[in-house]
Amino acid sequence: MNRPERAAEPMPEHTGRIFFAPDGTLGCTGPWTLEHLADLERQIRSLPKLSTGRLECDVAAIDALDTGGAWLLQRTLNQFEHNGCTISLHGFANDFATLMQTVARSGSQTEQLKPLPSSGWLERIGRVAWSYAANIHRALAFVGETATAAFSLLNHENRIRWRVLLHNLQVDGLNALPIVGLLSFLMGIVIAYQGAEQLKTFGANIFIVDLVGIALLREIAPLLTAILVAGRSGSAYTAQIGTMRVTEELDALRALGISPMSLLVIPRALALVIALPLLTVFANAVGVFGGMLIALIQLGVTFTEFLNRFEYAIVLRHYLIGIGKTPVFAVIIALVGCYQGFQVFGGVDSVGRHTTISVVQAIFLVIVTDAFFSILFNWWGL
Amino acid sequence: MNADSKTSQPRDSMIEVNHIHTRFGAAVVHEDVSLTIDKGEVFAIAGGNGSGKSVLMREMILLQQPTGGDIEIFGQNSKSMNETDVSTLRRRCGVLFQHGALFSSLNVAENVAVPLREHTQLSKRLIEELALLKISSTGFPMASVTKYPNELSGGMRRRAALARAIALDPELLFLDEPTSGLDPLSAAAFDELIQQLREWFRLTIVIITHDLDSLWRIADRVAVLGNGRVLGIGTMSELSQSPDPLIHEYFYGPRGRAAKEQAWNRK
Repeated sequence: MNRPERAAEPMPEHTGRIFFAPDGTLGCTGPWTLEHLADLERQIRSLPKLSTGRLECDVAAIDALDTGGAWLLQRTLNQFEHNGCTISLHGFANDFATLMQTVARSGSQTEQLKPLPSSGWLERIGRVAWSYAANIHRALAFVGETATAAFSLLNHENRIRWRVLLHNLQVDGLNALPIVGLLSFLMGIVIAYQGAEQLKTFGANIFIVDLVGIALLREIAPLLTAILVAGRSGSAYTAQIGTMRVTEELDALRALGISPMSLLVIPRALALVIALPLLTVFANAVGVFGGMLIALIQLGVTFTEFLNRFEYAIVLRHYLIGIGKTPVFAVIIALVGCYQGFQVFGGVDSVGRHTTISVVQAIFLVIVTDAFFSILFNWWGL
Repeated sequence: MNADSKTSQPRDSMIEVNHIHTRFGAAVVHEDVSLTIDKGEVFAIAGGNGSGKSVLMREMILLQQPTGGDIEIFGQNSKSMNETDVSTLRRRCGVLFQHGALFSSLNVAENVAVPLREHTQLSKRLIEELALLKISSTGFPMASVTKYPNELSGGMRRRAALARAIALDPELLFLDEPTSGLDPLSAAAFDELIQQLREWFRLTIVIITHDLDSLWRIADRVAVLGNGRVLGIGTMSELSQSPDPLIHEYFYGPRGRAAKEQAWNRK
């Protein structure tokens, strides 16, 4: 129990210490402040456990004390007391004693605090299932609300907010042209390259036109554009509306008698329904041009040959099917983006979380819908 | 806290602001602001909206550099500080931002534990205990420590933020409009809390407010800012006698009179 060697040691530097002096008193010296606490905590852990008797505690040599130190001392003494010691504390400077009392008073309140019981697995499953069901219900309600708002707009044409619509057309349509163009150009090149290798071995060079044309017009360009727009505009919708929710701007709109549906959702959805098909047309053209370049370089198919064959080989319906899918994609992207924005609750991290969900869900739904369309058109023999 | 008294402090001043100029583009915020904040006092900075109170505070806590002039804090010039000095200084100051600025992804207990976790190597248990200790000393209801900031009322959020500000036992506490947006009862309770913390932890407090009740109740000295300069410094009773028309207007507007009467009645 006695550790005379530690007590006799001259202090190398000014640090907080706690030790048993040779005569059995518990000595505390030096600064008991936050920066020394980690060290003090270690010293306390290696103190011998006393279980009975009277413990003299000499704190006269403590020269600095803050709440952290006071709490640690209090806690240590409580521990000794709990083990059956009677403690007499002496030597405290006056203001240190006040601090100790304050800490003891606050500390007694914290001790009543019990950690929350963690929920069982059955409860967790139930909660998750319920939250999914509630989410589906909310999403359906949102779609219904949007539809009602859209129909009411059809009846009174003047309530379409043209300025907002045009602004969104510019931001989500026009400004997306460069990135959509670049990516579909590269897509055209990639498809043509892959096809060229195979076709060359059969000497069926001219069929590059069918490959590039059908793949791009019918599937790749609409899908690529939709995914890009989901990442670009869908996420922005969620972040914008979500932030407006956090800053209570949505409530302000409602209080001013402006329906967030007609101001925020309908113009965005309309803008995308107009912009996405147009972007896809652009993507088609640039993508086919990329394919043409590779056809010329790799297979020696001239532009004239390519375009002649294109006119003959690519039936109009491929183009129309490709373009026809895009308004559906647009509605999905806009609704998911806005819906997730409205689901934001609380603070900034909720905005981030819902933006992620929005992009993932939008892309997921777009691809699922595309697969569904493929099956449908296959049935109809298109 | 006393351990730090080794560090040289020629005078008993915590902060010295010397001829500060601040400009944002063409807008002049401070033309020539000088003031000294002494150790252990509650120093209030008052002034109308846009008089540069918050900017001055941001400059004192080194979030912003003034365009000209120096700020000495704990006897060190803010311009000559390196990274380590700044980080040491940050440990010695606590800041309560106007809207609390609690981290919304963390609950109250975790929010208060952030500075402890960042600046000390204490055990997880001790950090948690200290965080709870600080929370309970601000009068925050202990049953709500696992709640997230968005689930709290304005008053509770303010208390939680105050607990985070005093987590490291700062010597210097900055409060940016601590009572704005609180109902009169909560505001009075918050003033009392600040008084109490000051006694318990022997803090020096810099408080930005235009709550005249608060000024009368807790401020030892007040500096009134206006027109880019310090219009007057002194105790509230001194300032209320000031001949400066702007100060007079500030204190003898309809609300100022009521607050003063109330303060007198309390005495």
